[in-house]
Amino acid sequence: MIISICQPYALCAWPFANFCFRRETKKVTTPILDMKGITKRFPNVVANENVDVELYPGEVLALLGENGAGKSTLMNVLAGMYRADAGEIFIRGKRVEIDSPRDAMRLGIGMIHQNFMLVDTMTVAENIILGLPDLPFVPNMVDVNGRIRQLSERYNLQVDPDSRIWQLSVGEQQRVEILKLIYRGAEILILDEPTAVLTPQEAKELNGILQQMTREGKSAIFITHKMEEVIAFSDWVRVLNKGRLVTVKQTNRTNPQELARLMVGRDVLFRLEKKDHDLGDVALELTDVSANNDKGLPALQGISFRIHSGEILGVAGVAGNGQKQLVEILTGLRNVSGGKIRIFNEDKTNKSPLEIINSGVSHIPADRIARGVAGDMSVANNLAMKCYRKPPLVRKGFLHPARILDLARRMIDLFSIDTPTPQTHAKFLSGGNIQKTILAREIDACRGLLIAAYPARGLDVGATEFVRKQMIAQSEAGTAILLVSEDLEELVGVADNIAVLFEGKVMGILPSNKADTEKLGMMMAGVKLEETTA
Amino acid sequence: MRIVFEKRKTLSRKAIFLVPLASFFISLILTAILLAIFKANPFVTFIAMFKGAFGSWPNFTETLVKATPLMLTGLGVLVAFRLKFWNIGAEGQLTLGGIAASWVVLFWTPFLPPWMVLPLAILVGMLAGAFWAGIPALLKVRLKVDEVLTTLMLNYVAILFAEHLYYGPWRDPKGFGFPGTPQFPDFTWLPRIAGRAHLGLIFALVLALVLWFVLNRTRWGFELQVIGNNPGAAQTQGIHIAKNIMTALLLAGALAGLAGVCEVTGISRRLQQGLSIGYGYTAIIVAWLAQLNPIATIIVALLIAALLVGGDQVQMMMGLPASMGLVLQGMLLFPMLAGSLFTEYRLRIIKTKLRDAQSG
Ligand SMILES: Nc1ncnc2c1ncn2[C@@H]1O[C@H](COP(=O)(O)OP(=O)(O)OP(=O)(O)O)[C@@H](O)[C@H]1O
Ligand SMILES: [Mg+2]
Repeated sequence: MIISICQPYALCAWPFANFCFRRETKKVTTPILDMKGITKRFPNVVANENVDVELYPGEVLALLGENGAGKSTLMNVLAGMYRADAGEIFIRGKRVEIDSPRDAMRLGIGMIHQNFMLVDTMTVAENIILGLPDLPFVPNMVDVNGRIRQLSERYNLQVDPDSRIWQLSVGEQQRVEILKLIYRGAEILILDEPTAVLTPQEAKELNGILQQMTREGKSAIFITHKMEEVIAFSDWVRVLNKGRLVTVKQTNRTNPQELARLMVGRDVLFRLEKKDHDLGDVALELTDVSANNDKGLPALQGISFRIHSGEILGVAGVAGNGQKQLVEILTGLRNVSGGKIRIFNEDKTNKSPLEIINSGVSHIPADRIARGVAGDMSVANNLAMKCYRKPPLVRKGFLHPARILDLARRMIDLFSIDTPTPQTHAKFLSGGNIQKTILAREIDACRGLLIAAYPARGLDVGATEFVRKQMIAQSEAGTAILLVSEDLEELVGVADNIAVLFEGKVMGILPSNKADTEKLGMMMAGVKLEETTA
Repeated sequence: MRIVFEKRKTLSRKAIFLVPLASFFISLILTAILLAIFKANPFVTFIAMFKGAFGSWPNFTETLVKATPLMLTGLGVLVAFRLKFWNIGAEGQLTLGGIAASWVVLFWTPFLPPWMVLPLAILVGMLAGAFWAGIPALLKVRLKVDEVLTTLMLNYVAILFAEHLYYGPWRDPKGFGFPGTPQFPDFTWLPRIAGRAHLGLIFALVLALVLWFVLNRTRWGFELQVIGNNPGAAQTQGIHIAKNIMTALLLAGALAGLAGVCEVTGISRRLQQGLSIGYGYTAIIVAWLAQLNPIATIIVALLIAALLVGGDQVQMMMGLPASMGLVLQGMLLFPMLAGSLFTEYRLRIIKTKLRDAQSG
């Protein structure tokens, strides 16, 4: 059986369909931003080498490149987080020195980072004014709220200024980040992988906001790994490769295939081959499981399904419909309030993470920073974090550093993790390479059941293709996989069956070759499978 | 011109060596100014300090005497700090270790063969220290009680309990009212190796090596590293956080307890006032300056001990005010502590000339 996802753009561009118009680049003589010959070195790495960026008012620039190509570094230089070793930056034709985020803000440059930087326990309004240079000792919150409402109306950014950050979804938090920048009068917005954590609907809204801002003459630079977004969002594309600028293209003169080729240096097929293979015994079985969320409200209700060895079950759904809790109860990080979980025919309901790991379960967590890596430990130790308990890495309680290093070298090679040395601290890797480190560790150590939450988040096209192939290969070798994803293309291409979650309930499970976006979309909106076919 | 203070984005190897060195010189300069105010010649004073700590064999052994409890408590603090468990209770753990050892020596001796008393005192003292550190650890993992408060409060409990004992029930009836227990029988004394320096020094050196190995080369040490670094990742990988905090703190307390045992059986040979001169608190500085590395802890403890001994000497020799020794020690330590910040942060000076261009 060959499932072809050759037409991913037809499939995935649907959220953006309304926005696929192109504007002619306006004739303005001086660029609002001109970065010339930027070079930034880190110990053992040249992250940027002689990179130029040019941006005119009203334009959106997409920055593309493989994991570790230097995109985040380049933008961090512009936003005042890092200082370039060489090169010049001109804003509206004037040479500037940007030494701190505050300098950048003064110049109208605002950045939304790969990981959000909001204070969880404070309100939206407080977060927005936090760190403003000319803040009075007691800010007038009525004025602030008024201004926030006005701005959110103008850009169609709905948020309640008085709600607290922890109460907001990821998409809403991002709106707060954008509002924060607009409030400070940012003219150049930098968005580092803004859509990686967004649902397609939220990504579409983001595009609308960007369009509104560029109409007012603001400009934006955004980093993404999703080609369809490059086409839908941007006017220009710049491609980085190993720190160097390799291509500058006008978006309407290129296409996703060409961009992928420019990035990776070869054709990316966007198609996955799956061999027919026999399924084994039941690996995971949930019977009428329910669980609460952190606030004690029901998050999962009456969930029942089973996965056989060699089967990939995809879990689709709009974020916040119970995916997080589902993954947590399966990995021992959350207790169920009812029902039974059986893994390889043994009762694993409310067992500890260690007991579950010991029964052969691997876990790719959704939050790679909070759960995935220990940033101040070496890449090698991070790669050993799952197998360090057993020989050959440990003997009678004593670690075997040489073997850990061997293991690390092998995985770094296999998963092409871009790290200066195996001893480099994980926090110095690029976002995508941190993700690859986790994937390498979990996939390699997997002994029968893999719980994967958004495994391709933050990966470049080449790495995404590789990870999907790895998962398929694992399933062919007899591993059972639960794949939680927001990417319908990924689910249809990789999974054998797809379950759709809505408000903590399974709306139905259908074979992926019978799944189409329309049907999945309806189920994600709360329509039961039987009703869609009716 | 403008000066900004920013977090280093990358680890600087140079900074790790240069910063302590630079802060040491700043310490010297500040201290020199202070000395000049008191009309003492700074150079003479420094030389006297150095001589006081290292100048002669007896002086050097005195430095070793002070370094030993600093090393042991420093190692204990370090184990806890690696887990981000802010144990400031080494003082209390040391005291309780001393009390427990004294109890064994004073009350069990008649029932035991003489050779057994000291080893048993060491064992019981370490257990007592472990127990004293175990209480806040248990409160933390079970009830999430903040360990800074509990470890600190337990210090007072232990110190006051010791006072109660040597002023009250355990006081030497033949001691002319001196606050202290009777002297221990000589077969229970911890053997001395040079001057007053005792076997505790050897314990400290060996334990530092063992601890380095345990932290860096064993499964347990690996788990501690992960927990200290990212508890969320540790939990996800099935590492039992509560259990590890408990074991680490029992170990931390045992090390501090051993320091107390060595003080009572090796130095004072009785439980008496002044069992600890704040070793448990200074240990925090030691562990911190050593950047939580056991081997470095040994070296830092030695230097701080030299400061303590040298400071005392100077005060006596130069006829400075009595509190001057302490002031000198503080002056020297302060920039070193502040300096440790600069391995993680740096100052950057920004020239104004370029700034003009952008303010237009
Ligand atoms: N603070 C740092 N210290 C040392 N090296 C770093 C640091 N930040 C980034 N690097 C290195 O610089 C290179 C570029 O990293 P960068 O984060 O810019 O990549 P990226 O293009 O954003 O990748 P991704 O798509 O994975 O996010 C990588 O090799 C990374 O290891
Ligand atoms: Mg990045």
